[in-house]
Amino acid sequence: MTVFLIVILSSFVFSLLLFGIGQQTFKRMTWFAALLPISLFLYFSSFAKPIMNGEVFNFFTSWVPSMGIDLDFRLDNLALLFTLLITGVGSIVFLYTTQYLKGHPKLMRFYVFLSIFMGAMLGLVTSNNIITLFIFWELTSISSFFLISFNNTEAPSRKSAIIALAITGLGGLALLAFAVLAGQLTGTYSIAEMLQSPEVFTSHEYSVYLLIFIFLAAFTKSAQFPFHFWLPGAMKAPTPVSTYLHSATMVKAGIYLLLRFTPHFQNNSYFFTTLLVVGGITMLYAAIQTLFKTDLKGILAYSTIGALGIMVFLIGIGTAASITAAIVFIVVHALYKASLFLVTGTIDHQAGTRDVTKLGGLGKVLMPLAIAGFIAAFSSGGFPPTIGFIGKDLIYEATLNGGLNPTLLTTLAVLTNILMVFAGLLVGVRPFAGKKPEALGKIKKPHFLLWFMPMILAALSLIFGLFPGMVEALFTRNITPLLSGEASPHLAIWHGFNLIILLSAITIAGGIAVYIFWKPSHKKEAGILKLDAWAPKSVALMLMDNFQKFSYFLTRTFQNGYLRRYVMIILVLLTLLFGVHVFVNPRIFLSLKEIKSLNWNEIVILIMMLTSIIFTVFTKSRLAAIAGMGVLGYTMCLIFVFYGAPDLAMTQFSIDTLTVILFVLVLYRLPKYLVLSNQTNRIRDGIVATSFGTFLALTIIEIMNENPVKATTEYYAENAYLLAKGKNVVNVILVDFRGFDTMIEISVLAIAAIGVFALLKLHLKKHEK
Amino acid sequence: MKSLILNTVSKTLLPLLILFSVFVLLRGHYLPGGGFIGGLIAAIAFILHAFANGLTQTRKLLRMHPGFLIPIGLTIATLSALAPILVTGEPLMTGLWYEQDIPVLGKIGSALFFDAGVYFVVVGVCLTIIFTISESV
Repeated sequence: MTVFLIVILSSFVFSLLLFGIGQQTFKRMTWFAALLPISLFLYFSSFAKPIMNGEVFNFFTSWVPSMGIDLDFRLDNLALLFTLLITGVGSIVFLYTTQYLKGHPKLMRFYVFLSIFMGAMLGLVTSNNIITLFIFWELTSISSFFLISFNNTEAPSRKSAIIALAITGLGGLALLAFAVLAGQLTGTYSIAEMLQSPEVFTSHEYSVYLLIFIFLAAFTKSAQFPFHFWLPGAMKAPTPVSTYLHSATMVKAGIYLLLRFTPHFQNNSYFFTTLLVVGGITMLYAAIQTLFKTDLKGILAYSTIGALGIMVFLIGIGTAASITAAIVFIVVHALYKASLFLVTGTIDHQAGTRDVTKLGGLGKVLMPLAIAGFIAAFSSGGFPPTIGFIGKDLIYEATLNGGLNPTLLTTLAVLTNILMVFAGLLVGVRPFAGKKPEALGKIKKPHFLLWFMPMILAALSLIFGLFPGMVEALFTRNITPLLSGEASPHLAIWHGFNLIILLSAITIAGGIAVYIFWKPSHKKEAGILKLDAWAPKSVALMLMDNFQKFSYFLTRTFQNGYLRRYVMIILVLLTLLFGVHVFVNPRIFLSLKEIKSLNWNEIVILIMMLTSIIFTVFTKSRLAAIAGMGVLGYTMCLIFVFYGAPDLAMTQFSIDTLTVILFVLVLYRLPKYLVLSNQTNRIRDGIVATSFGTFLALTIIEIMNENPVKATTEYYAENAYLLAKGKNVVNVILVDFRGFDTMIEISVLAIAAIGVFALLKLHLKKHEK
Repeated sequence: MKSLILNTVSKTLLPLLILFSVFVLLRGHYLPGGGFIGGLIAAIAFILHAFANGLTQTRKLLRMHPGFLIPIGLTIATLSALAPILVTGEPLMTGLWYEQDIPVLGKIGSALFFDAGVYFVVVGVCLTIIFTISESV
């Protein structure tokens, strides 16, 4: 039980530990960081055997039971697939980075955020409580933000990071809305228990909102059209981050969410149709984009979006075959894409460029790396005998047998896949083939880890391809029935001659043809950039820009920095509210019987009040005006005393004293009294003040005529002594019944004091201002 | 402000006012008073002293920066709020009380410590703000 909780939280503890170690020590022992993902990988692997036999592990720790939020983790086969991906690719990326960013001054910070990300991701895929899932989901967005802006001295990095955060943050809000709505409708926040009320997800009047929210969440996170544009921008991050977050794991969180809720939406045809359409558009759009990119990482970014589109598309078909295809494709994609990214990183590290038009002939110098690139490219293209081939077969099997229009779906899939073959070859083969351009100069041999890590991933693509039974036993055999209710088709590399093999051959031949005849160039890239004005990215940026301008305008209008403006706005608004209320719904009457005759001390106080007000308004000295205000405050205290509110009187009395002292301190040094406002302004202010006072008085008279609801008052009065052992109800409310409010109030007071202290004691040097 | 009368009176008033503020704090649970008012009274006592004798004298008397009272107060309040969780396993801010009455003070419970926390925060905040402003102008 608690062991699992510790495992999930270990990444966060580990990141704190890294801080404790310190930058200097850490530099000499970067390998230490890799211990975390490796040990986590081993831990999760230990679950593989029982889970393969159909077991499901639940780990429950109560957290906020009154709100139904618990640390409720559930490790089933789907979660196992993702945990193994996260920790497996994580181990490789952690090790790779020790060399890739060797000697980087902020290396420790890198590992801190990477560890936090890994922990968040593990929590996300194992959470059975949708609220904790949301929390981990947001944590992945935040750590992704810090990792994209890792080179925070460069403006484009910062901008990309903000765009990514804004888009995924929007999705996060949608996920929260989904979580709360689903929780309220089903009466539980446990994802597994939600399955018991399937009608909520299919026929309930709110099910359409559930759909909108889950789509917003999943599509923003998994970069589906039209939210895809943050992902190419996220490639500003160092390559290991792109490998890990923006290709192998984080962007698949949206896919995970959709898969996790597929059983819930089983009978909702809108769920599947939307996924089919959005996935279809995304995969074709992104695949076409790869034709025009020249930066290796740009190509990979769009081919990742395309791959995510394929996954969404496959879930959208909604048959057992298509779910199996999606699961296998997740594995296939993680292996080859991470491998290609790492190959790209090494090329960039050694050759100093990622421009595909400038690279070539690196095969001889970077031999072992080239092999990794080739295998990954072949798996990406679906060449036999890699796992990619099986993945592609399954995709065609799914499109041919499922959905509304098999011909259309299959054509779409073939077209996308041809371009994916091209993209894979472009990244994995082009830099190594042909003659080395002179401009590249001498290229050094990379460190062992820089080619061995992509090699491991590439080798896995090959091994899984040769022994597809491993993938079947580990993942698809249990996951497909879990998600679709039907058994998974058997995975094999050879099914005999049929239409699927023919389609695969067409795809590969088509891809190779495109690779040979289409040469990417900067001219073509510039050509497609002209269309960018209508791209979703430009629209979103324009919206963001205008929103900023609007809020700037709003702030300048209402908060121009002058206290008099603030007071004026507040008073005018309140006067309007009171005024509308009094005119629309007048219930004011004064019953003379209820008004007690004024006695002498009240008359005296009234005269004192009026005198001090008139004095304050017309005096020619600031100090005298303040003294007048003080007198007014004290007469208020007297009224409180006469009407039985001693606590209020005492507080008002001390506060008034302090206020006068404060004013005196500040005003003491100001120049002599000046008249700064003209006659018109003063009359205007006078009118505002008088009408505010009048309407306030009218409202108070109205309130006095109402029959007050005394339930709360009586509850406090009766229980103050019984429950809180106090006789002073005001004090009991402050320290006991509403003690938490007081706690927050004194915290606010503390912040205010720190604020005043900082503002006045901050002696900035000239250049810092 | 140099005034012999104020000077003399303030020195006598300071301990009296502080004693009064503690009195107000302690009686708060049964009669008008409490941590907030008590804190304000104590702050006024020190400010009166500062007016009569100058800020440096008051600072010397306090020995530490009044700002330090804020975290002290917050800690006391937080601990008294957490006490039920740590001691009896009840939810946050449940009142804990000694069964027996203590002479002079009456019943003692976590609420009193919470109020004391409020008292220290209020003194710290008022003095920090007023001292800072009066030093700056």
